[in-house]
Amino acid sequence: MTKHSNETIRSTFPMPALHRREVLALGAGGLLAASGLGARAQTKAAPPPPAKPTGQVVVGLSQEPTAFNPLMPGIEVDETVWMQLFNTMWLADPQGNLMPDLAAEIPSEANGGISEGGLVWKVKLRAGVTWHDGTPFTAEDVKYTLELINAPGFKSRTRVGHALVKDIKVTGPLEITWRMEKAYAPYLALLSNTFIVPKHLLEKASDPNTAPFNSAPVGTGPFKWGTRQPGDNITLVANEKYHGKGPYLEKAVLKYVPDQTALYAQFRTGQVDLIIGTGIPANFYEEAKKLPGRKVVMIPNASLEILMPNLENPVLAEKAVRQALYASINKQAIIDVIYYGTHKPTESFAPQESWAYNPNLPKQQYDLAKANKILDEAGWKRSGSGVRMKNGVPLEFAVSTTTGAALREQCQQLMMQDWQQVGVKMTISNMPAAVIWGEFYTRSKFQSLLVGTAFRTVIDPDPASRFASDAIPAKNGSGANQMQWQNAEVDKLLKAGQETFDQAKRKEIYWKLQEIAREELPILPIFQYAPIEGYKEGLIGYEPNINARQNTWNMGSWYWAR
Amino acid sequence: MSTFLVQRLMQALVLLLIVSMIGFAILHLAPGGPLSQFAAGGEMSQEDLDRITEQLGLNRALPVQYAEWLWRMLRGDWGLSYRDHQPVLHIIASHIGATLELMLTSTLLAMLLGAWIGILGAIKRYSLFDSLATIGAMIALSIPTFWFGLVVIYVFSVGLGWLPSGNRYTIGDGSFLNQIHHLIGPCIVLALVSTAVWSRYMRSSMLEVINQDYIRTARAKGVPEGQILLRHAFRNALLPMITITGLHVPTLLSGALVTETVFTWPGMGRLFLDSISYRDYPVVMGILMFTAVLVLLGSLIADLLYGVADPRIARNG
Repeated sequence: MTKHSNETIRSTFPMPALHRREVLALGAGGLLAASGLGARAQTKAAPPPPAKPTGQVVVGLSQEPTAFNPLMPGIEVDETVWMQLFNTMWLADPQGNLMPDLAAEIPSEANGGISEGGLVWKVKLRAGVTWHDGTPFTAEDVKYTLELINAPGFKSRTRVGHALVKDIKVTGPLEITWRMEKAYAPYLALLSNTFIVPKHLLEKASDPNTAPFNSAPVGTGPFKWGTRQPGDNITLVANEKYHGKGPYLEKAVLKYVPDQTALYAQFRTGQVDLIIGTGIPANFYEEAKKLPGRKVVMIPNASLEILMPNLENPVLAEKAVRQALYASINKQAIIDVIYYGTHKPTESFAPQESWAYNPNLPKQQYDLAKANKILDEAGWKRSGSGVRMKNGVPLEFAVSTTTGAALREQCQQLMMQDWQQVGVKMTISNMPAAVIWGEFYTRSKFQSLLVGTAFRTVIDPDPASRFASDAIPAKNGSGANQMQWQNAEVDKLLKAGQETFDQAKRKEIYWKLQEIAREELPILPIFQYAPIEGYKEGLIGYEPNINARQNTWNMGSWYWAR
Repeated sequence: MSTFLVQRLMQALVLLLIVSMIGFAILHLAPGGPLSQFAAGGEMSQEDLDRITEQLGLNRALPVQYAEWLWRMLRGDWGLSYRDHQPVLHIIASHIGATLELMLTSTLLAMLLGAWIGILGAIKRYSLFDSLATIGAMIALSIPTFWFGLVVIYVFSVGLGWLPSGNRYTIGDGSFLNQIHHLIGPCIVLALVSTAVWSRYMRSSMLEVINQDYIRTARAKGVPEGQILLRHAFRNALLPMITITGLHVPTLLSGALVTETVFTWPGMGRLFLDSISYRDYPVVMGILMFTAVLVLLGSLIADLLYGVADPRIARNG
């Protein structure tokens, strides 16, 4: 068992393994200013990046990227490829600041890019950008992309936010405007994750769903499509005409190793240069830290491990029950014993690195006496069998999670033992992932779930799709409020948070929301993820970014020290 | 002979139809669906999921979906992968090379080794060699492949550093030697079990043959022992081996699921596993039908070879 106090874990954030040399190197990669770490880096210069792209990096992934049209349905790992091949109009740095990429500047109310109370948007685009095939990038490509997302027959990944976009007009080769159906602040964040695709290639296809482009994508990014060995790897090659800094590597190989232990073994033996995404399994953390020539870092992640109650369940619908259950979860034991001390407890649905995070929420205490007291007061009486009853209903429910998730299964057993002591009968009902994440989850057919998920809109703190009353799929809502939480005050706050672009005002709104969620417990937060990634020493430029979905977000600026 | 062939082919077609129906039904009736992976990410709204379900035709009645699939299949269109957005045939074709390479090498190794151990064990029954071979085979058969694969990696890759810990080749080095180097680990693991099985079959079938009257007669006539074994005993002992090999053909192509996973070998076995866990119906059905055809073809070839090896069994008319 590894013991980590809270403080040790916290002190490793947000960028635990960035040593001076790397920090300077980041500067060389053009990130120094954005990361705000410049002042700390003073001595010993990092080797400069090579003049011409050289060398290769092998990135180990435990899932295989398979969808290469960035607008079509894909899983998270597909983004490791999209980020290299394509660009978004802007993207977020590790601190959450948006940095222009294909856009020349970030539209805001101050610079006139967003006007009429958030209804009219105008974006100026960067000049001199070309597609990998040499065709110039223009505002027509942006218009085509936004229209394709909403095109009826197109299997687009998501239309959240995009469905509000109307009257797209190209007002110049590098300028575009559109009108929003309603003011929607998270759209800035959504666009930071919307990759722009080439009009000249896709419009030629009879059906964009089956276009040749989808298996040989052409973008504007730092790397160009190379080769793909299905089931094994994808090789990308440097785009020497890239509009940004870099790329400094001649080749980037994304290597798929499905078994996490096998992936770790390949990291150990040097066949992969880094492990990102699902990361190094927690049980290898201690050993991995001691590997010579390897750097291992705990990285910030926006996902939370939670117990998700179905609030339609008569037992779990009662606030007192949820509060008692929460008080009798031994969070620290779960983190220390089961997760080798690698994650950090949390009280909020928002990640602790977010500008909207409220640090003043009451801290959960593992307190069985308190749990007993809450249940006694709520009228749940102990019966002969030790299980509490109220109006003939036993205090009993099932917790489901994916079979084979060994750590979660252990977690269930810990919870079961704790809850048994306060007169709660918990049963385990685990199923394969494809079953859990099917209608069982989307249509709220579970009693409660032990899951890891995030409560924000891309990088925006807006949790409306998870908490709003009209976002309950089981009640024909169009969101992901699988808990079926309904709260009039929350609805009002969520709406207000979407309508204003003023960060100070929004912060106030989300602080209040976090207080309500902490009190009502529509989710029982256990910990915020801190997965472990690792890389070979000498790799310069790797930088964890909680606001990117994969830490290959800046791969264009990576290179090897020589 | 030709009537026999036609009969067998007709049977095969009916069997394929039944296999496809059962496979299709089981796959589609199993809870969960291809969209669950996206739901897990939590970034797609229910509306998006419903729209894609509609676009994929997954909301239609199962018999309708089956009829559509069958119709497309008959016209040679195996469909598009849900995960990959690529034609299924293309996906299968891109994985078969790796599987063939691994399976042919390990099968050849196991056959030669298994036959040798089996024959020697039969001739020198109850000798030290035979006892050791028997014990060895029992151990090999009881070792879980998964565990043995990990042991090989742990000892030879992590510990001694002699072998790569997986993959088909080192990225950036596609040389022949490099590929052979990568083949050794998974080949040892795969060949171990097959060698054990084949040596046991070979031994018992050889034993049966060398106790036959005609062998005794040959010996009495003074035919040299080597000739007896090779010309008379071995040929007849091969008969059951043909059946086993015939049935082994499909595993040759559908891959070794566990070994491919442990050694990150990009073959059919892993493709099948990935596709099932993703509920990628078109690909799973494609592999299923592909394997079914191979099983039928394998047993047909075995039947025909029977006739070649032993004319007494050959069918007339």
